[in-house]
Amino acid sequence: MNTETLIPYVGIVTEITQQTPDVKTFRVEAPGGGKLFEHKPGQCAMLSVPGISEAMISITSSPTNTEYMEFSVKKCGCLTEWLHAMEVGQMITVRGPYGRHFPVYDELLGKDLMIIAGGIGLAPVRSVINYVRDNRDKFGTVDIVYGSRSKDDLVYYKEIVDEWMNTEGFNVHLTIDNPQEGWDGHVGFVPNFVKELNPDLNKTVLMCGPPIMIKFTLAGLMDLGFKKEQVYTTMELRMKCGIGKCGRCNIGNKYVCKDGPVFRFDELDELPNEY
Amino acid sequence: MKKLSSAKLNEFFAAIAASRALYLPVDNSRGKAEYKKWEAGVEMSRALNTVRSAKDFFFPQTENLMEFKMEGKKVEVVDTRSEAEDFVIFGVRACDAASFKILDSVYLTDPVDSYYKTRREHGVVVTLACGKPAETCFCGVFGIDAANPEGDVTAWETEGGLMLRANTEKGEALLEATAALLEEGDEAAVQAAQAKTREILKKLPLSDLSTEGLGVGKTAELFDRPEWKTLSEACLGCGTCTFVCPTCQCYDVRDFDTGNGIKRFRCWDSCMYSDFTLMAHGNSRNSQVERFRQRFMHKLVYYPDRSGGTFGCVGCGRCLSRCPISMNIVKVMKTMGGKN
Amino acid sequence: MQEMMKKRATELLADGTCDRVLGWAVGDFVYDQTPALFRTEEELQKGFVYNGFSAANLSKYLVKECRAGGKIAVFLKPCDTYSFNQLMAEHRIKREMIYVIGIACDGKADVEKLKEQGIDGITDIKESGDSYVVSTIYGDKTVKKAEVLAERCVACKSRKHMVYDELIGEEGEVIADSGRFDMVEKLEAMTPDERYLFWRGELSRCIRCNACRNVCPACTCEQCIFDNPRSGVSQKAAANSFEENMFHIIRAFHVAGRCTDCGECSRVCPENIPLHLLNRKFIKDVNTFYGDYQAGEDPAAKPPLGRYEKNDIEPGEAGGVKA
Repeated sequence: MNTETLIPYVGIVTEITQQTPDVKTFRVEAPGGGKLFEHKPGQCAMLSVPGISEAMISITSSPTNTEYMEFSVKKCGCLTEWLHAMEVGQMITVRGPYGRHFPVYDELLGKDLMIIAGGIGLAPVRSVINYVRDNRDKFGTVDIVYGSRSKDDLVYYKEIVDEWMNTEGFNVHLTIDNPQEGWDGHVGFVPNFVKELNPDLNKTVLMCGPPIMIKFTLAGLMDLGFKKEQVYTTMELRMKCGIGKCGRCNIGNKYVCKDGPVFRFDELDELPNEY
Repeated sequence: MKKLSSAKLNEFFAAIAASRALYLPVDNSRGKAEYKKWEAGVEMSRALNTVRSAKDFFFPQTENLMEFKMEGKKVEVVDTRSEAEDFVIFGVRACDAASFKILDSVYLTDPVDSYYKTRREHGVVVTLACGKPAETCFCGVFGIDAANPEGDVTAWETEGGLMLRANTEKGEALLEATAALLEEGDEAAVQAAQAKTREILKKLPLSDLSTEGLGVGKTAELFDRPEWKTLSEACLGCGTCTFVCPTCQCYDVRDFDTGNGIKRFRCWDSCMYSDFTLMAHGNSRNSQVERFRQRFMHKLVYYPDRSGGTFGCVGCGRCLSRCPISMNIVKVMKTMGGKN
Repeated sequence: MQEMMKKRATELLADGTCDRVLGWAVGDFVYDQTPALFRTEEELQKGFVYNGFSAANLSKYLVKECRAGGKIAVFLKPCDTYSFNQLMAEHRIKREMIYVIGIACDGKADVEKLKEQGIDGITDIKESGDSYVVSTIYGDKTVKKAEVLAERCVACKSRKHMVYDELIGEEGEVIADSGRFDMVEKLEAMTPDERYLFWRGELSRCIRCNACRNVCPACTCEQCIFDNPRSGVSQKAAANSFEENMFHIIRAFHVAGRCTDCGECSRVCPENIPLHLLNRKFIKDVNTFYGDYQAGEDPAAKPPLGRYEKNDIEPGEAGGVKA
């Protein structure tokens, strides 16, 4: 473990997968092979291209993957544009792991899980999904509700179809916003889809997606009778340090980088509405 | 308790400066005090306090963190730090000395910021008790005693000269090293000086400022108060208050292309700036109302929440005298607090 | 004066001339006033203040207020009216939304000058003829107003309002021999090395708080280039002394020909850097090269740097070093 908090490791990008028109997944390994560091599902790392900038990105691979880490990045700013333009073999810098993980080692054990995601929001929870797949006996059933603008915007589509859909106890429900040729699945927004599915109230929900999806899905879950104590989400705010010192990612008295990014909704309820 | 006669002050400075850097408040060309390195001929300022706080010694406005060598697809990280210099800061006031504890609570808690830690370890702080506080002073509101500041060594100005008390091992070592110049101190003279200062402190116009209604657990009560809008109405969104503040510790990390490599540096940042929380997809604090609220909620609620009730303000009064529009934490406390 | 202003503000609110009044709100020590909007008579009674320390130039706030709609009354000192006109000329404010109350001004005091005289622990300041009687916890002191006059007021260029809807107090005159270029001339007489040392001495204190820029009525860009992360020059701290200098020099260039010399930049600088001298150098040069021009005097005037004439001075013609 690097004891210098701001000094990063150097990692090599060993594989780049175009997930959707604006999302790529980068496989990162240590220069000598293997992972740069261990992490827990839901944790993040600061990725940087020196000279451009540094940003907090969730580690989308599962800790059970012993060979490499993966980051899925949507192209939306200076750094992400640069990352999208790079080729295999490029070195970048990585530091972490940062933040609070999803409680897969305690609170979620034995629970039936419902994982709800929209768009690139599947990236942070993919780490949980694959961790659960690799520790299948420790968890109950897993329902994955995932939606995107179109079929082309569904990330990890191949993995979802080939692996998640074929995992015992997994139920995957996909939806896209508008009808599309070649799509015979569900059409509609995630919040409504969740309501239609009318999930069992004993499930624990992990949710990540655009703010508007979170807002309406949470309201829908409350209508169905879920309690905020059973719903987790993961947040994103501007960060520079990742260790609770640079002072910008706070929501009230909590730092998203250190006290989050994973929060339970009853915890968020105690914080001011500034995110 | 030791005593340094006024006549030997320069000798004392010279003795310290012989083995390490000595910084003390010196009047600049505009007649304002700023910390300068002592050398023969440099006079200590008589000003109550420096324009910029003493935090600069441990948390400088800019510092290089590392460099990157880039070649093709290769990246190499170079830790460019050289050995830190030993230094003494002389003449730190009680407020600034108290601010170090607040900075420590951020930078020295896990994970420790090694850049800050190194400087803390290499610095010796000699504080100077206040004799003539200003109307903008309100350190007492936060339990800070201007007549008895903390620090490695505390100094009092008395008629007989400077009384010096070592408070830490580092402080003892400093007085040991300058022992040849020191005499036995006069406890009674210190007490007299303290009594005089404390009488003045009681008369300060802000001495009865109250923290009631502020502090731990007040987020829900204060966050949506309509007064934030009126208080922040005239705010220019500049960084003056944050940059002169001894407890503001937010920073930005930026890269700088030198032409033959990349330097990554850290610099002060201000929650008052529009890009502080700006992300590619939006800004969580979109207007000056939210940014203004953040600054004062941080000092008066969030920080106390995280630090067992200690407020994130030391009452130095710099924001009172420096804010271009004279909006400041006192006005916020009076408006938002319960009993002012 | 203050009472007359309060009375007029109350009347203007009552008769619907405006729905809010931009003025100064009382602080804790007489001198620490905050620009503020007053919407009711009660607010005016409680908080409105005007005295020798009401220094802030309120004209820039009108940019924001014009966007908020309604009708705003504003108190402007003579020098503030130049900024007002310049903002009008640049279409940053809407004349029809604003009711200008011109107020006579015989110069503002600088509390730092009081403090330089060893006066501290101020609890009250009262005006008494040509003096201030300052109460402090260390005893009372009387100082002549002239001794603590703000630097910009010492070299006041005009006591005449360039624009107003009504006037409180007596109208003054434009002051031709203000002496405001004296220091510029001294700087011009220095050798380049001396001048460089002077400016390094001043600018090295800059903490890049941006107060000078944010208060400047000529700086009304929607997004300043120094705040644009994609500009490549957005900086919160200067990486080196070159950048430290350039921020201010670039800013001075940007407001050249538009700066009215209101002096707010120097007033607000927490490090007391005499930034107005950079602007005055440009004003003086513009006068020399293109004929006397005072930004903000006439909102309809064509600015010298915004027009071209065949006999305009050529680069290098004025002396100095040819590029």
